[in-house]
Amino acid sequence: MDILLMLVWIVILFVVVMLHVAYATYFERKIIGHMQVRLGPMRIGWHGLLQPIADGIKSFFKEDIIPENADRPTFLAAPIICLVAMMTSLAVLPFARGWVLADIDIGLLFIFAMSSLASYGVVLAGWSSNSKYSFLGGMRSMAQVISYEISMGLSLVGVMLMAGSLNLSAIVEAQGDRFLGMYLMPQCIGFFVFFISMLAETNRVPFDLPEAETELVSGYSTEYSGMRYAIFFMAEYIGMMVMAAIATICFLGGWNGPFAVPFFPPLWFVLKIYLFMFVFIWIRATLPRYRYDQLMGLGWKVLIPLALANIVFTACMKAILT
Amino acid sequence: MFLQLFFGYCALMIVVSGLLAISLRNPVHCVLMVLVLFFHMAGLYLTLNAEFLAAVQIIVYAGAILVLYLFVLFLVSLREELHLTAFVPNAWLGRIIAAGLAVGLIATIPAFSLGEKSAWTVAAIREATHTKALGQELYTSYLLPFEIAGLILLVALIGGLVLARRDENGADAPESGADGKEVLR
Repeated sequence: MDILLMLVWIVILFVVVMLHVAYATYFERKIIGHMQVRLGPMRIGWHGLLQPIADGIKSFFKEDIIPENADRPTFLAAPIICLVAMMTSLAVLPFARGWVLADIDIGLLFIFAMSSLASYGVVLAGWSSNSKYSFLGGMRSMAQVISYEISMGLSLVGVMLMAGSLNLSAIVEAQGDRFLGMYLMPQCIGFFVFFISMLAETNRVPFDLPEAETELVSGYSTEYSGMRYAIFFMAEYIGMMVMAAIATICFLGGWNGPFAVPFFPPLWFVLKIYLFMFVFIWIRATLPRYRYDQLMGLGWKVLIPLALANIVFTACMKAILT
Repeated sequence: MFLQLFFGYCALMIVVSGLLAISLRNPVHCVLMVLVLFFHMAGLYLTLNAEFLAAVQIIVYAGAILVLYLFVLFLVSLREELHLTAFVPNAWLGRIIAAGLAVGLIATIPAFSLGEKSAWTVAAIREATHTKALGQELYTSYLLPFEIAGLILLVALIGGLVLARRDENGADAPESGADGKEVLR
C-alpha cells in the first residue's frame, strides 16, 4: 500500500514537473519577446497558450537522426543520463512541510551528486557526436561545471553551518517563518556566490558558453534531433527548477510565507521558484555572454575565495554566538 | 531479504564493471565503466548506513576525479591503442603476483570484526545521523591522521602547480618550487 501511494506521488510529481517544463519554455519566449518589444508566440491558442504542447508533439514525431560515425551506445545514453539525474534530484525537494518524496539526511549532498552526474550527460553527448562543435561544447561545459561546482558547494557550507543539518526540510525549519530568519541576510555573501554559480551550473546566459549559438551552432546538442534534443531541453529546464528550488530552500525560507495558505501549502515555495525563473529569463534578455577566460577567472579567483572567506566568517560567528 | 538482493546486485555489478573497465578497447568506455562501478559502491555504502560516504563517493570520485580523467583522455585524443612494454617480463609471473595479492587480501578478511565499536552503536549513528557521527570522530579522535592526510594532499597540489609552472618561467622556476617542497616537508 505504501509503495502504491508512493508511486501515485511520483506520477503526480512527474506530470506536474513536465507541464512546468513545457510552460517554462512558453514563459521564457513570452517574457523575452516582451522585453524585446515583440509579442512572442501568438498563433496557437489564445496568446499562443498551446504552443508548448504543439512543440512537444512536433519534436515527438520528428525523425531521430544518429550520425554515422557517432559512438552509438554513448550517443543514445547521453540525453537519458541528463534527464534521469535531474529528475532524481526532484525526489528530495521539500515542496511544503511533509511534501517530500524522500526525506533523506544528506539531501543537499544528494543534489550535488546528481548535478555532477548530469554533467556527464553533456560531456558524453559532446564526445559521442563526433563533431567539432559538439566536442568543444562538451569540453567547455565540463570545465565550467567542475569549476563552479566547487564554488557552489562552498557557498552552501555557510547555510549548512547555520542550520546544522544537510536535510533540506531541516534547513527550512531552521530558518523559521519570520522574515528576518531567512538566510538571505546573514548569508548574503553565500547567496551572491550561489546565485552566480547557479547560472553557470545550468549553462544559462551570461555563462552559456557550452551552447553559444554564434560560435558553436548549438554546442553539445548540435547533432541531436527530435525527441532526444527535446530531452536535453527538458533536463535543462528541470535543472533550472532544481537550482531555483535549492536557492529558495537555503536562502529564502522554503515553503514559509507571510501567511499560511489553506488547501495548497506549497504556494509560497512555487512563487519563490517562479521569481528565480523570472530572474533567469530576465538576465538572459539583458546580459551579453562572458568570454571563456573571464568565466574561469571569475570562478577561481573571485567566487571560490569569497566562498571560503564566508565559511570562515560564518564558523567564527557561530562559535562566538553559541 | 531486499538488502541481501541489493547487496548481491551491487557486488555483481562492481565485479562486472571492474572487469569491463580493464578489458574494453575504447578508453572513454572504460572510464564510463568505472563510473558505473563508483555508483554501485555508493549503493553499498548506503546499505551500511553510511550515506555521507555514499554522497561524497559520487561527488568527489564521479563528479571530479573521473571527469578530470575524461578531460585528459579527450585532450590527448588517442587515435590508436598504446602498446607499452610489459612491466614484468613473463605473463605467468604477473599472474602469480596477482594471485598472491588476492590471497593476501582474502587472508585479511578475518581481521574484520563484526559488531559495534566504541560509543557509536548502529542506533546511535542512526539517531545522530551518519554525517554528524563522522564529523565528530574525524575532528576529535582522528584529528592528527586527518590533518596529516590533508597536508599530504596539499603537498601533491603544490607539486602539481610547480610542475605546471616550469614550462612558462624557464630556468629559475624549478628552484623556487624545490624550496617550496622543502619547506612543506
